Amino acid sequence: MVKNNINIKLGGEAGQGVESSGMGFARAIARAGLHIFGVQDYMSRIRGGHNWYQIRVSEHPIFAHEPKVQILIALDERTIQEHLDEVVEGGAVIYDTGLKVDDNEIKSRGLIPMPLPLLKLAEELGGSKLMLNTAAVAAAAGIMEFDLSYPESVIRDSFGRRKGSEIADRNIRVANAAYEEARKQFAHLFDWKLEANPNAPKRMVINGNQALGLGAIAAGCKFCCGYPMTPASSLLEFMFAQARRFNLVVRQTEDEISALLHTIGAAHAGVRAMTCTSGGGFSLMVEALSLAGSTETPLVLVVAQRPGPATGLPTRTEQGELLFTIFAGHGEFPRAVIAPGSVEQCVYEMGRAFNIAEKYQMPVIVLTDAFLANSLRSIDIDAIDFRKITENIDRGKLILPHESGKIEEAVRDGYRRFDFNEDGISLRIPPGHPKAVYSVAGEEHTPEGFIDWEERMDNRIKMMQKRMKKLEVAVNDMRLPELHGPEDAELTLVCWGSSFGPTLEAMERLNSNGLRTNLLQFIDIHPLNWDSVADILTNSRNWVSVEGNFSGQLSRWIRMNTGLKPTAIVARYDGRPLNPVYIVEHLQEVLAKV
Amino acid sequence: MVATQVTMKDLQSPVEPTWCPGCGDYGILNAVKRALVQLSIPPHQVAFFSGIGCGSKLPDYIRANGFNSLHGRPVPIAQGFKLAHHDMVVIVVDGDGDNYGIGGNHWLHVMRRNINITHIVQNNMVYGLTKGQYAPTSMKGFVSSTSPEGTIEWPVNPIAIALAAGATFIARGFAGDPKYLADLIAKGIQHKGYALIDVFQPCVIFNRINTYDWFRERVYKLDEDPNYDPHDKKMAWEKAHEWGDRIPIGIFYINEDQPTLEEQIPALAGKPLYQHEIPPKLEDLESLKLMFL
Repeated sequence: MVKNNINIKLGGEAGQGVESSGMGFARAIARAGLHIFGVQDYMSRIRGGHNWYQIRVSEHPIFAHEPKVQILIALDERTIQEHLDEVVEGGAVIYDTGLKVDDNEIKSRGLIPMPLPLLKLAEELGGSKLMLNTAAVAAAAGIMEFDLSYPESVIRDSFGRRKGSEIADRNIRVANAAYEEARKQFAHLFDWKLEANPNAPKRMVINGNQALGLGAIAAGCKFCCGYPMTPASSLLEFMFAQARRFNLVVRQTEDEISALLHTIGAAHAGVRAMTCTSGGGFSLMVEALSLAGSTETPLVLVVAQRPGPATGLPTRTEQGELLFTIFAGHGEFPRAVIAPGSVEQCVYEMGRAFNIAEKYQMPVIVLTDAFLANSLRSIDIDAIDFRKITENIDRGKLILPHESGKIEEAVRDGYRRFDFNEDGISLRIPPGHPKAVYSVAGEEHTPEGFIDWEERMDNRIKMMQKRMKKLEVAVNDMRLPELHGPEDAELTLVCWGSSFGPTLEAMERLNSNGLRTNLLQFIDIHPLNWDSVADILTNSRNWVSVEGNFSGQLSRWIRMNTGLKPTAIVARYDGRPLNPVYIVEHLQEVLAKV
Repeated sequence: MVATQVTMKDLQSPVEPTWCPGCGDYGILNAVKRALVQLSIPPHQVAFFSGIGCGSKLPDYIRANGFNSLHGRPVPIAQGFKLAHHDMVVIVVDGDGDNYGIGGNHWLHVMRRNINITHIVQNNMVYGLTKGQYAPTSMKGFVSSTSPEGTIEWPVNPIAIALAAGATFIARGFAGDPKYLADLIAKGIQHKGYALIDVFQPCVIFNRINTYDWFRERVYKLDEDPNYDPHDKKMAWEKAHEWGDRIPIGIFYINEDQPTLEEQIPALAGKPLYQHEIPPKLEDLESLKLMFL
């Protein structure tokens, strides 16, 4: 018997509730004191097509999914056609007796077919075929002999309050019947079991977008604007959902250009402001990004990547915008790029992003991707300590217009918004006070903020140096890549963003296979102290960049700044997330070619 | 707000305009200043957002808060600013290329939001700063460097589009009559909601057709007709299409019954957003965690 170590895949058409029941089941398992990692995969359509949700369960914290599963729950025939190869020997295939499924095909692979009258139970006890997903998930719980009270509590929370408890009752009746039927018929044939751990700490089940939202709200972000685009939309929706409670202004604009411009306007007024989009929307924002650079407007811009070019693979994942976000925009201006790699990092990096933006009066880009944005992870409730954000808020050289006393004192000799000084950072007083009336311009301007209509060389040189100086100073606030694993290793895996979790697990596997491996995670991408980065990398005998893109963009960025070349690159660009098995397999391939 | 005396001198900027002698923009600048004096709005309580073009340099030429942005983009910046600082008087000043060309989509949407900003569009029916190409409002057949045989497109009709899009204050002024224009701008500022003031602004260098004289011969004031009711959308629609020997200026349409965008956002019921205390209370943040259990 294998206890508390399993992968479950649930598949069906859009509209069958694959995502909601998958997420609900993941939450139930986390409530039982186990760790989960949940990943979804869907197509860009509202009905039909093929969607799946995969849950990995462990007693230890986990950061990635695995390619093989022990349970395949099929709400339609296509799920079996597409995913049967992924089921390990002895694994279970759960489906409704009404589906046309070749039992012998399943048996011949050493798997256990588990046809059950799921639809019948849903219709007879629940009064709706829509409860098929409830029945199917409960059946999976049944064969694992998992305490059904956890899924029941999630059902209650999902339906109990919103639509009256009657729907919850019906779902629970269906769940109980399916659970019992599955347990009776199949539990003795199935080796993998889930046992609750009631002593475990309380755990949150949270994805990257929600974590970014938490971080932003804790950091005092009061203004969020966006135009819906997968996979960033759920962050915008999260902010909308919290608007009342936290007195936020959240707006959906006519396009992404407007979203960033709105954000610039709000930030110019002295409010912590953000926008979020994916690569296509970011492309539209690029001109406005340059304006934020020129007017030294602090703001946070989340780019949740998905595969391009153009519309690419709208519902899939990729890390293809690293170099784009570093270089986007006409002209040269300072910005920071930060790429959190886990949900905890999403929370904290968002807090930092607002500080860096305001301290250096420049745009900060927080780079995630569909995999990180959508994947659910369980984390201990205490793993997020909001005080780390709220007690460290740093608004830099900002005096708000209603802080009259401070202004009177600071502007005795008159106020110049873009005054020159050593660190390149000028006193920022948003409009509204009689002693600080000024203009700003995207056009090259004087220290007072007026357009320099004579286009003088000396002013231009000083202004460029002033703005770019901020980048030099900001390096002090940026962190070097973090080394995980043994210090002295044969092989260093280098990663950024969402490849962190899968690469971390790949590192552990390689070490247990006898290849001494460590991992270097880049969270801060730009600006960086590159001499120090070079020192770290020259200590590595071999370094391999692990990235979800075609060209190994981080390795190119490193090479551009240090001259150092990776031994090889593990690149994934099929739109699917990296996972530890994929990394280990491809690593062997690319190293064999070196 | 306690009304303090504001004078033309208070609004004097140290920067000299770079506009050509005779440019219609001087009339507009003068009218803007008069309107602020008329309403006693001091420099720190008004913020101008402009695009790119000759007229968009206006914020530098008046002592007030200003933001000279990108071509076609001041409207969304002004909205973001207004939502963050809703007791500031916010005025967008841009041109026909900005607003009826490249920024057209932003304009369509700001009108249906009815956010409380005043929008002055300097409409010279030509691209001046880029030296004489045709504009979205150039009359059909207008000869320019990019329409050597005359334009083959219909001009944009700002008044009709604004009516269709749901703007709640729609006016047209003439830079050759700054006193009347000042009055329109003042009424636009006082209007609770979005106010469009399209302004005929002769470009003395690149538009040799729509000159001061050309306008003077044609324009007449809507409010001189006692039968004209600017609350009547049908009448406004008819007047919006009057063009040729007689061209109306004045307030085409006004609707005082629509709530503003700001009024409908709960977070803006009290102090302006920039004055809100941050960060939120720790216990409120902690309670957020419960939704993830």
